[in-house]
Amino acid sequence: MDILKKEKKLLKLENELKSLDDEKKIESINQKIEDYKYGMMQDLSAWDRVLLARHPKRPTAKAIINHLIDDFIELHGDRNFADDKAIYGGIGFYKDLPVTIIAQQKGKNTEENITHNFGMPHPEGYRKALRLMKQAEKFNRPIITLIDTPGAFPGIGAEARGQGEAIARNLFEMSALEVPIISIVIGEGGSGGALAIGVANEVYMLENSIYSILSPEGYASILWKDAKKAQKAAEVMKLTSYDLEELGVIDGIIKEPIGGAHHYQEKAFEAIDKTLKEALTHYQDFSGYEIKTARYTKFRKMGFFQRFNYDNLKGV
Amino acid sequence: MNHNPLKDAFDKHKRFKNKINLERKKPLQSDNAPDVPKGLYEKCKSCQKTFVAKDIADNYFVCPSCDNHFRLRAIDRINITVDSHSFLEKGHGFITLDPLFIDGYEQKVLDYKKQTSLDEAYVYGYAQIKGLPFVIGVMDSHFMMGSMGSVVGEKVTKSIEYALVKRLPLILFSASGGARMQEGIYSLMQMAKTSGALKKLHDQGLLFVSVLTHPTTGGVTASFASLGDIILAEPKALIGFAGPRVIKQTIKQDLPDDFQKAEFLQDKGMVDKVVHRSDLRATLYNILKLHTRSA
Repeated sequence: MDILKKEKKLLKLENELKSLDDEKKIESINQKIEDYKYGMMQDLSAWDRVLLARHPKRPTAKAIINHLIDDFIELHGDRNFADDKAIYGGIGFYKDLPVTIIAQQKGKNTEENITHNFGMPHPEGYRKALRLMKQAEKFNRPIITLIDTPGAFPGIGAEARGQGEAIARNLFEMSALEVPIISIVIGEGGSGGALAIGVANEVYMLENSIYSILSPEGYASILWKDAKKAQKAAEVMKLTSYDLEELGVIDGIIKEPIGGAHHYQEKAFEAIDKTLKEALTHYQDFSGYEIKTARYTKFRKMGFFQRFNYDNLKGV
Repeated sequence: MNHNPLKDAFDKHKRFKNKINLERKKPLQSDNAPDVPKGLYEKCKSCQKTFVAKDIADNYFVCPSCDNHFRLRAIDRINITVDSHSFLEKGHGFITLDPLFIDGYEQKVLDYKKQTSLDEAYVYGYAQIKGLPFVIGVMDSHFMMGSMGSVVGEKVTKSIEYALVKRLPLILFSASGGARMQEGIYSLMQMAKTSGALKKLHDQGLLFVSVLTHPTTGGVTASFASLGDIILAEPKALIGFAGPRVIKQTIKQDLPDDFQKAEFLQDKGMVDKVVHRSDLRATLYNILKLHTRSA
């Protein structure tokens, strides 16, 4: 039974609660619900986490920004072609600190999702992100990025306007920005489309988010020529926050409340708030050079391989 | 008795020769076709005509009839590009590991090593064109579609750093299906690593020429291949971020005929120049010459 089916059962219990007025019964069912929620979140499989990361009720970037950032002003467009609504960015105060925020925005329903292109940016989206990051560097503002995308959009226009170049340019420029960059994967972190705003000093993941080279469906269809093996793919890909922390690709996990971020949004916001505060405080005394060197060094070390030292073979 | 794990590992992973073999392999005599030694003829996949292999090789591995550019092995690419005997390979001894424990991945890599006599899908080193020194990097699409895993990413980064230390221009020929799926998130991180290293090269004022050959897609297009100061492409090469099949599935429309071809990208302003393979060496020489400060 996967997590969505368990959630349906939970909903049934909650509906049952509404029709009751006997206090004792209410209490017992409340207890039952709490227990069930707790049990539900134990031993989640990787596929469960994929489902949670894509959960339609999961808090989107806009909700998080509304909650954490004061006086937010959205800034539009790449000054070149168009404004991509899959990327939501702007400036505002985090506590008393001016920051630049860049996020990938998904919708809550079909209509919103069409507006935001299901969180799949076009090249102009990435160029808008880069423009805002350069602007942040000019005014010495830290950058916060919220990652939530299935991947960069594959389409005729996207290719013609250089999707590959736009992503590459972001990786290139982000590696040397002299302000701290903090990234949080809040839902799906899909492929180069996610990495293009994720070359950060600190990369965090919400507990039930995923970050991978490709969607499990795409992965299964490439490796086993069968998109239906997505569930199996999710298990081998090492895409959960715990796997990635173990692999040393991310810097920390932001724990979600029992039941998931979509059940207790306030608590999830609090956890994000706490992590952000720590990370930004950590970098406040760093010089620009130190910040970019730390970031470069971190990514320079990424990889898993061995190299022979031929000197060791002497006398073998 | 004298069991040495290091030597075992070495035997398992070493290629046929330590250095890349610059001579093309001699055609093998096959048993059932005494008149036609294997490898003597090559068939063009585009126009289906058959030619004597040596004629193809003399013609820069371009079909004499339909001008189709054959996919090149790294050795052939180096042979037709640089001065003879000027190439010096760097970056030996990298071993590909299997971080996700994918069934059969390790064996697959070993098979490709045997087939291609390469360490991995990327070869780099010092070379010259008409006496002008530079660092050459070549991806070989015969090695697991030239996909970029940890070793390819590391070697690309090393080649950039080698150019940086020696203060030489870098010319990199890409041919890749993208990031290597079997190494998961590590492959993705190679994109950030290689792009960051190129930023260092850029900040030092050094030249990077990216030559896109058939095919260059996915994570390679979305990292170092698109970051050249000058980007050249071979005619009709497939270049793009997403594969045509994925795009077709997503937008549910037919794609234009020349879509994602080198000429299309030149049209859209994504490539500086489409250069025929027979002119490539001369063009690269010109570019190198233009970036040499004369005393």
